[in-house]
Amino acid sequence: MNSLVPFEWIAASRFLREGRLQTAAILLGIGIGVGVIIFMSAALAGQQENIVRRVLSAQAHIVLIPAQEIARPLRGGQRGVAEAAIIQKPLQRVRSIDQWQRIIHEVDALPEVNAVSPMASGAAIAQRGEASRSVTMQGVDPERYFRIVPLPEKIVSGQARLGAEDIVLGLDLANDLGVRVGDKMRISVGSGQAATLTVTGLVDLGSKGANQRITYVALHTAQALLGLIGGVSSVDLTVHDIYAAETVAQRIQALTGVEADSWIRTNSQLYLAINAQVIANTTIRFFVGLAIAFGIAAVLIVSVVQKSKEIGILRAMGGSRGQILRVFLLQGAVLGLLGSLVGSALGGLAIVLWGVLVRNPDGTPLFPIPLDPQLFLASALLATLSGLIAAFVPALRGARLDPVVAIRG
Amino acid sequence: MAEPVVQLEDVRKSYAVGTPVETEVLHGVDLALEPGEFCALMGPSGSGKSTLLNIIGLLDRPTGGRLSIAGRLTSGLDDRAITELRGHTIGFVFQYHHLIPAFTALENVMMPMLLERGRPDAEMRSRAEALLASVGLTQWRNNLASNMSGGQQQRVAVARALAMKPALLLADEPTGNLDTASAQGVFDLMREVNRTQATAILIVTHNRGLAEQCSRIVEIVDGRITTDQRIPGRSPN
Repeated sequence: MNSLVPFEWIAASRFLREGRLQTAAILLGIGIGVGVIIFMSAALAGQQENIVRRVLSAQAHIVLIPAQEIARPLRGGQRGVAEAAIIQKPLQRVRSIDQWQRIIHEVDALPEVNAVSPMASGAAIAQRGEASRSVTMQGVDPERYFRIVPLPEKIVSGQARLGAEDIVLGLDLANDLGVRVGDKMRISVGSGQAATLTVTGLVDLGSKGANQRITYVALHTAQALLGLIGGVSSVDLTVHDIYAAETVAQRIQALTGVEADSWIRTNSQLYLAINAQVIANTTIRFFVGLAIAFGIAAVLIVSVVQKSKEIGILRAMGGSRGQILRVFLLQGAVLGLLGSLVGSALGGLAIVLWGVLVRNPDGTPLFPIPLDPQLFLASALLATLSGLIAAFVPALRGARLDPVVAIRG
Repeated sequence: MAEPVVQLEDVRKSYAVGTPVETEVLHGVDLALEPGEFCALMGPSGSGKSTLLNIIGLLDRPTGGRLSIAGRLTSGLDDRAITELRGHTIGFVFQYHHLIPAFTALENVMMPMLLERGRPDAEMRSRAEALLASVGLTQWRNNLASNMSGGQQQRVAVARALAMKPALLLADEPTGNLDTASAQGVFDLMREVNRTQATAILIVTHNRGLAEQCSRIVEIVDGRITTDQRIPGRSPN
């Protein structure tokens, strides 16, 4: 007996060591449970990050667009007269965001916002010889835009250079038109404006729809073609916390008066799917945690019954109720902690095995699962805490044991 | 005369109080034990011996009457005070030794001191070693309690009961489970303790031969004391 260790620790560790098989079994049980929780949490994080990375890396988190034009009837307002006016919706032409420089400045100053980039975009026709395709022409300031969508990483051929006469195309669009890097092509808009541009790069945006449609040109080029001299049709933003995008969008809308659409609203299906996954995963983790807690409680209840005679003797020899209570609470906490260590090892092993064994057909990992030390720390803490809570009922039972009954029994 | 270690006045105990099967097992017991007395408590099974012993040992509470231990009236004390009084004044030896199997002989002897002080210290250890030596078990001190014979375990239990230098040692058929030689050994040990440390001892026994070696024999039948006999020449000094 070490003189630094109080009675409760000594007794708790002896009791746990005495019931070796029981302790080993419950430790393995807790370990498997904690391992499942760790693996599921890490897998969820990895999978989400993977989906979000794939989807959001090719688009902004929030897009600012000018408020829609609304036709307002000039007459009306006469008391007692109900008017059934037929209001024709105005044509939505490409318009600039009013005072966009000021808005960019304001939005850039928000702490939640990561990057801001103005864009002049509109529909255009891309032509190369006989072939023509309708495309979305996005005029961007490369320096700012690449912080939102890292085009250089998505380049499959050529480079992401956007000079005044350059154009970067989606891969499938280039195939449809039969152009390669270095070729020239003509791009024209509905108003009749047209320009001949040089293809500097081909990008793979991760979806065929985008690859068939998207073209990137320099902001000035797009402004000139679209008749938006000095103006932009939208402003793209990224935020630090992608799940807070909608809240940030609403704040920006209130702040600037322009319409702000977050990815959560424009990809509501995806967001709902991710959310549903989080809820399902959390529910499973919660119930696994509950099962662990009941396992610990069951083992300790049995232990209190088995040890009732010893509890009685300890009480007869001057042991207080508090001491007995603490001995069993400690056992619960120790079981939780040791179990979570076993679980961390199992969970870590599962994550490593996942990275090694589960692969795409091309041999690359399906998606990486991060080994987050915080996750291990949190589950150790949580398991210890639930061990403590689970031990409460048995510990209270032990502490309330009548010494006479305990000794006689 | 010195203040009695134990004083019972009209102590009653009923079980199943308030139910139709309420039964009184002790019907007004008066008993006083002087310091240094070695008293045997005898009686047939079901006479209330163990109940009386548990009440004196503060493991159980009487339903009527007054009980004083070492001059303190116990009726007003809460669980914490009772536990403390029990720890400091009373040592127990049970029929089934009741050592804690997960601990060694030495640790079992240290246990009452450990429970009181919270963590082990050198003084505790040396006292426990001295006590184990006095019961002749020094070489067994690091054996787990579960690896010792019945007689050895009971001697450890006596050493443990003496750890807190109790004024009173209560023994519930301490020899009931032992062969004759071991029984006499344990009994001699208790008599030695009684003689050298002036510890009052109350021992429940069915063995008349052992009882007659005591300084006083109290017999209880159906919850009442029927005889209370002091054996001349063996009174406490």
